[in-house]
Amino acid sequence: MSIIATSRRVGAFALATAFVVGACSSSATTAPAASAAAPSAAAPAGSAAAVNCVSGSITASGSTALQPLVAAAATAYQGHCPNATIQVQGGGSGTGLTQVLQGAVQIGDSDVTAESKLQPADAATLVDHVVASQGWIMVNNPSVTGVTNLTTDQAKQIWTGAITNWKAVGGPDQPIVLILRPQSSGTRATFKAIVLGGAAEASGQALTEDSNGAVTTAVEGTPGATSVIGFAYYQQNKSGLVGLQLDGVDASVANLANGTYKLQALGNLYTKGQPTGLTAAFLDYMLGPEVQGTIIPSLFYGPVSK
Amino acid sequence: MTDLALRPTSAGIRRARTTWERVDLPRRATLAAAVLVVLLVALLLFFILSNGIALFTASHVSLSSVINTNWNPDAGAQTTFGILPFVTGTLGVMLVAALIATPLSIGLALFMAEVAPNWARSITRPAMEVFVGIPSVVYGWLGITVLVPYLRENWAGLGFTLGFSWFAGSLVLALMILPTITSVAYDVFLAIPADLRGASLAMGTTRWQTIRHILLPAAKAGLATAVVLGMMRAAGEALAVQMVIGNRPVMPTSLTEPLTTLTSQITLDMGNTVSGEPWNQALWFMGCVLLLISFLFVLLVRRFGRPGESV
Repeated sequence: MSIIATSRRVGAFALATAFVVGACSSSATTAPAASAAAPSAAAPAGSAAAVNCVSGSITASGSTALQPLVAAAATAYQGHCPNATIQVQGGGSGTGLTQVLQGAVQIGDSDVTAESKLQPADAATLVDHVVASQGWIMVNNPSVTGVTNLTTDQAKQIWTGAITNWKAVGGPDQPIVLILRPQSSGTRATFKAIVLGGAAEASGQALTEDSNGAVTTAVEGTPGATSVIGFAYYQQNKSGLVGLQLDGVDASVANLANGTYKLQALGNLYTKGQPTGLTAAFLDYMLGPEVQGTIIPSLFYGPVSK
Repeated sequence: MTDLALRPTSAGIRRARTTWERVDLPRRATLAAAVLVVLLVALLLFFILSNGIALFTASHVSLSSVINTNWNPDAGAQTTFGILPFVTGTLGVMLVAALIATPLSIGLALFMAEVAPNWARSITRPAMEVFVGIPSVVYGWLGITVLVPYLRENWAGLGFTLGFSWFAGSLVLALMILPTITSVAYDVFLAIPADLRGASLAMGTTRWQTIRHILLPAAKAGLATAVVLGMMRAAGEALAVQMVIGNRPVMPTSLTEPLTTLTSQITLDMGNTVSGEPWNQALWFMGCVLLLISFLFVLLVRRFGRPGESV
């Protein structure tokens, strides 16, 4: 369900950007084809966005948390440059790092740094491109009434199994059902580092689900459940979840950007060596005003200043 | 003139036949297919084994940290890759599924082979075939949207407080292996010579007595094969089970509690680990264990299926 919602969102967005920024600046060689392919090329050409079009075909794979952003940027870029093909796949941060290292893909998306996953010698061959910050939000099943904020300390006690009933943090007398991601997940690693201070989760009393979507379904369906999901997934499933503040700070894009909301990490796109051709042009585009100013906030990521 | 007309034709035929015989394309094609399949299996085994063994040879993880009940793949110095929770989970989910599915499947096969009138058979057989074709993700989806909430809401008194449980996994699996066991068992019953039935009935037995004392004993070896084939399918199933068992990496204690399996843990972690790190190698080693389990089943099937040992 969340997949359908995502692709609809991405599709609608691609359509919108195609209308706003129609003309492609450097498609001189294929001007007729480009205007035939994009009817909106006739729209006001005075738009400031100068997209550097390079034709070719590249693939990005990796983090499912970053996938919606990279996919939306790829769709928008291809809207400007019909001769470019950018495939975006998921698979997980580990898959992205492995595949970019092997040269199977041109861009590997990862929630965590290459240094934390790969051998030092391998990590040194990759170049990191930070394109966005991403935030995670603690969510509860709606049956947990009266809990809208957790302090870092309360969250730590819940996740390490010291607190097992919502009563202890001002909620109803109801057992806490902890829903974790697998240990290898970037989401879990980030939460563990920032909120738990490295302490181990009570995995022997928890459930484990393997993706943002599966976690969302499980939290929505299980009374007393709590977990952590990416901002974008929360926005799409708001009706069945209760999002929590962390230390009294709202989990909002604004607080992500100004740094007051601390449960966030950088989204890393890795290339093997310095990027060239379409890869370089696409990464430039991702740091440009259109992606940073429009696409990133619309998908609930935080822009990186440049 | 007739000589001239005939000669090239017959020569042409002879030449074509010799070339055809020399090349013997069908033989080479089938041989190539056989070699390719054997080669693929061999390469696959080599790849899985070499990656799994690397956990011990390249990363020097001790055997005692693998034959262990603690799964702590990211605990620094305290890291252990205990796979016993997954092995027991896999075997446990599979055995309970077989316990649920076996009586149902054999009963259904008996009904289709011995009892059903033609019109009933013409409904049950296609129904079975449709059953086989349902993708596992659909079973898992039904499990998570119907079965898990049902267990949680109606059977909470029995201990199903979460719904996600060993029993839920086994029930979903039982449904999935039901058609496998049924169709093999059905063929086993059909293969029993009609003389046996005729002789039994001629002695004045009822149909139930014939089934109980003649057909079931005669089919024993075949039925065991059917159940083992079903269990093989159960051991390898990942997706549907993963969606309903809750994936808790602890030793299974109760049918009402969450647990995890080899396949489930592999799919949970494989995308997020990178090749070459011990964690990733531990997943490959779990694949080796899964392979070993299915080898044992193949051995069992071959034992049951050995000619001269039926009845």
